Amino acid sequence: MIAMNDMLWIMPAAPFAGFLVLALAGSRLPRKWIAAVGAGSVGLSMFAALFAGCSFMSAPPGMHAYVQVLRTWIDVAGFSPKIAFYLDPLSVIMVLVMTVVGFLIHLYSAGFMRDDEGYARFFAYMNLFVGSMLTLVLAEDLLLLYLGWEGVGLCSYLLIGFWYKDEVNGYAARKAFVVTRVGDTAFAIGLFLLYSNLGTLQIQELMYRAGQQWAPGSVLAVAAAALLLGGAVGKSAQLPLQTWLPDAMAGPTPVSALIHAATMVTAGVYLIARTHVLFTLAPAVQAAVAVIGAATLLLAGFSALVQSDLKRVLAYSTISQIGYMFLALGVGAWSAAIFHFMTHAFFKALLFLGAGMVIISLHEEHNMFKMGGLRTQLPLVYRTFVIGALSLSALPLLTAGFYSKDLILWEVWSSKSGGPLLWAAGLAGALLTSLYSFRMVFITFFGEAKTKAGGKPGMSMSVPVVILAVLSVAGGFVEVPVHFFTGFLAPAFPPVQSANKAAGEIILQIIAGIVSVSGIVLAWFLFLRSPHYDKTLSQSGFGSLVHRLWFAGWGFDRLYDVLIIKPFLWAAKVNRDDFIDLIYLGVVWTSAGINRFLTFTQSGKVRWYVTGVAIGAIVILGIVVLL
Amino acid sequence: MILIWFILLPLAGGVAAWLTGRRYPLLSRCVALLALILTFGHALSLWVRSTGIAWTGNGDGHRAWLYDVHYEWIPQLGISFHLAIDGLSLLLLLLSAFLGIMSVAASWTEIRDRTGFFHLQLLLVLTGINGVFLAMDLFVFYFFWELMLVPMYFLIDLWGHENRHYAAVKFFIFTQVSGLLMLIAILGLYFMHGAATGLYTFDYMELLRFQMKGSASLWLMLGFFIAFAVKLPVVGVHTWLPDAHTEAPTAGSVILAGLLLKTGAYGLLRFVIPLFPAASRDFAQVAMILAVAGILYGAVMAFGQTDLKRLVAYTSVSHMGFVLLGIYAGNMLSMQGAVMQIICHGVSTGALFIIVGALQERIHTRDMSRMGGLWSTVPRMGAVTLFFALASLGLPGLGNFIAEFLVLLGTYPADKIIAAIASTGFIGAAVYSLWIVQRVFHGAGNRAASERDGRPTDFSFREMAVMGVMMLVLLWLGLYPQAVFDIAKHPVESIRFTYAPGDNR
Amino acid sequence: MTAVPVEHGLILAGALFVLGMLGVLVRRSIIFMLLSVEIMLNAAGVAFVVAGSRWQQPDGQVMFIFILAVAAAEVSVGLALAIRMYHKLKTLDTNAAGRMKG
Repeated sequence: MIAMNDMLWIMPAAPFAGFLVLALAGSRLPRKWIAAVGAGSVGLSMFAALFAGCSFMSAPPGMHAYVQVLRTWIDVAGFSPKIAFYLDPLSVIMVLVMTVVGFLIHLYSAGFMRDDEGYARFFAYMNLFVGSMLTLVLAEDLLLLYLGWEGVGLCSYLLIGFWYKDEVNGYAARKAFVVTRVGDTAFAIGLFLLYSNLGTLQIQELMYRAGQQWAPGSVLAVAAAALLLGGAVGKSAQLPLQTWLPDAMAGPTPVSALIHAATMVTAGVYLIARTHVLFTLAPAVQAAVAVIGAATLLLAGFSALVQSDLKRVLAYSTISQIGYMFLALGVGAWSAAIFHFMTHAFFKALLFLGAGMVIISLHEEHNMFKMGGLRTQLPLVYRTFVIGALSLSALPLLTAGFYSKDLILWEVWSSKSGGPLLWAAGLAGALLTSLYSFRMVFITFFGEAKTKAGGKPGMSMSVPVVILAVLSVAGGFVEVPVHFFTGFLAPAFPPVQSANKAAGEIILQIIAGIVSVSGIVLAWFLFLRSPHYDKTLSQSGFGSLVHRLWFAGWGFDRLYDVLIIKPFLWAAKVNRDDFIDLIYLGVVWTSAGINRFLTFTQSGKVRWYVTGVAIGAIVILGIVVLL
Repeated sequence: MILIWFILLPLAGGVAAWLTGRRYPLLSRCVALLALILTFGHALSLWVRSTGIAWTGNGDGHRAWLYDVHYEWIPQLGISFHLAIDGLSLLLLLLSAFLGIMSVAASWTEIRDRTGFFHLQLLLVLTGINGVFLAMDLFVFYFFWELMLVPMYFLIDLWGHENRHYAAVKFFIFTQVSGLLMLIAILGLYFMHGAATGLYTFDYMELLRFQMKGSASLWLMLGFFIAFAVKLPVVGVHTWLPDAHTEAPTAGSVILAGLLLKTGAYGLLRFVIPLFPAASRDFAQVAMILAVAGILYGAVMAFGQTDLKRLVAYTSVSHMGFVLLGIYAGNMLSMQGAVMQIICHGVSTGALFIIVGALQERIHTRDMSRMGGLWSTVPRMGAVTLFFALASLGLPGLGNFIAEFLVLLGTYPADKIIAAIASTGFIGAAVYSLWIVQRVFHGAGNRAASERDGRPTDFSFREMAVMGVMMLVLLWLGLYPQAVFDIAKHPVESIRFTYAPGDNR
Repeated sequence: MTAVPVEHGLILAGALFVLGMLGVLVRRSIIFMLLSVEIMLNAAGVAFVVAGSRWQQPDGQVMFIFILAVAAAEVSVGLALAIRMYHKLKTLDTNAAGRMKG
């Protein structure tokens, strides 16, 4: 029996090793080898994760966690963060989802990026990402978590701007990095606060001390939770820092699937779940989490409804679905949030990969309105995409999305800190979700064919998609009928504080099911059967205004542009020559002026000088005589 | 003798390089390189030996000196040739020799004119810098302090770029005027100490025992502070820096950013705080506000530049703000962070200057609007630049992050608001660092530039070796920073103790 | 023998000095300027001699000898300059030698 405690390092280390190999020797390796190293290293960590998961379930360790301390990172004046990994039920789920989805997407990329000249660079960045992400979720210390946190941000930047020759991609990449950095800075300040007041950054110890030393609702707890929330909001693209995610679609599609749907953007959810003790100590902030989640899921849902770029629909949908997770976190339904994270990872990755196949076979066409009729041309893509869309719109009973979303809605309804208002927001979001999902499906795959698809996706692309389609359906059955999933997570989280646990779950489920199905039907009616309603609606005066507002993501970009970016650019530009230098230039100019005056007296005329001497002598004599 | 090698080796190497340089430029480079490698090896051997010695910082303000050399020089005036080394000095000497090697290697092909004389000047600067890091007699310190300036002036004025005369004179006047203020302060301290104790001496360790009170100490402290602030540079007296860094040849910029600025930080740690602890405490709030202003101002200014080298120069203003902040926040975390920042900034900014120099050698411009899309032609260069840009924006895993994080972590208990505002420097750093990568390497590429100059060549083996070593150092500092903290622990501990005796953190 | 009053001697010296100075100021020719400088030197000499006789000390006359020596040196240098100037500028007008202005 291999001790799991000593094996945790393999999970992040394997992709890091892959990154090193590809970064140092990538340009010299043949393509086959590059793909083998890239996908193989992630595969290795997937096996390690599966092994860890199995041994975790077969023989749960004491304290419900494996801990591996590698060494002390820094030791200064009592500040001694360690490089240590911590595997508890929460990180088991995270690690499993990340490595499985990550491995599938790596496989898919081997086909998708086949003709790209930056093949090695792509896999190097992807491996670096997986390594950083696993470090993030396995970190036992918040400083190490921060390392992973910034690492995934970096990879996100690198991969969004992967096709660097286009300025637009570079802009999107920098926007993503800088906007999330705003959140990261709040997170960092949160770390300073936590360490200064509690004397450690080790997560478990920190949570314990926080519970001991801080009263619920105390100022410090609220401040700490709020700062961490700032970090989470940035990384998970929630209000008000959500603006970077739609632009992030500039990256290659596997990147959107892996980083901007399945894994990195849910890091904020993970962070809040991981530090849930702080959030329970700060009810105000926790309520804010729920409100942010509800607001985001609605705003993003509306925006998704009017996009024309296939990937942008999915991007807004991701923002909206993470809004659900935040909503769940905000009412203390920790397990439900993680459950939705898992199912979302499956079906959103599936949808992105499907979209990628559509885009690649239409030669980089992103506009849905130039697609259509792909149902017959790309049957496999069509079938899997519909499964993904059904799961996203939470088709009752069959799909994984239904079980996770329903769990969230039920707990929002029943939780003490939830309530009908938040529940209604979630329900409205569910309607929007199925509406925009099937708008996408109907416009892309039905109707008349506007372009001709070129070439069928190869095996390496279709196999991962099929597996993900299976997971998108089957993923829900880990919870129903026996509550295996929440039971597994139970040691990591306190139970939901229910107010009215009594009854009604069935009724609510039925309502949610009806809403979901009616959304699909409405989409069929509006976008397939009689699209002229949609047209007239969006062309009417008020309608077009709303359309434009939603299309631009509620104008947040505009707002930040005017409030922050423009003034910053102005300040940088106007002061390019550094006004402080003017002080010293002033000294220089003064001396130069005096110099000019004095050179005027040096005329070169001897008699002028003699006059000067004479006058000077007279003045001095006069002073001597008179005084 | 063991310490005098730090001064003799570069000096002798410089003279030898000068003598050989007229006939054999290549030999001159090798001689300079050899002298610096020997210096570095010497510093390394001291480090190895120091680990065996039991450092006894007894926490009452007395330092643990590793070696101490004392010769009488002008006993009538209380001047002695007194050198000593502790962990802080040792770290800086290592940095000095390391960056010296890097700058000689980096200017291998850049300097073709008066090669021998160039290396003489370069090694003379390093001699002065090493002297500054070793001197324990204020007169000797001042001597070395001034010694740094003259060869630096020549480096800028003789081998610099288009606007070099202006920059050289500006650099000289700024540092000279501030140096004279320090001279006044040194003399003031000398006479006040003499009047109070009857012993007229310039010896640092004697003066250390003399605790001055009242407004005189504030004025003397300010004399020292201004001299070091100009070097550091603190915002307000920083305007010599962009000009000097931009116009200097690559090696000059590396030495300026990597070492000359550090003498300011070293001076603050070695002289201002231990000699005037009470006055420094009173002044701390002002210094910290200046530091934060520098962090943010430098970041905004950097982003506004179009000249790549000037941009990198302004990032120094921003990064050195963290050093100032860490020193005056005055606890172990922040001070260790400041020491770390001194080293990491030296390496990362030095590397960025080398890259800019290499770029200029290839495409003959520093104007960023005429660059772009270089990644596809020089991918190695792009990757290396990306690495150092990431170091500059404080990516965890690299040394700069450890430094800045510790500084802020230490500043937080001292002043929450200042720590929070300084943290926003992270955002500014991200903006300008990524802007470099975007503007130079990404994008469609500037066809006009490439047609004019042909395809630039990628980094050669020599340049890759230089860059590789510097990358490894930053990675090592980011993942195993403890070695630095251990060696700096006792000196920093005793400095912190004199500064804030009550506080135990 | 009645001594000349000291005031008379000093008035003479002052008058000579002012005359010499006016000469330097007014004349353009370098030769005349040199002459005027000589007159000024001699005025100083007269003042020394008068003062020496007033206090019955030899110092005044020593100083006069000294002034004579200085004057001789000055004239030799001055005339040499005048010749050089004439060679170079073909004139003795000092206004023509204004190239030294800053």
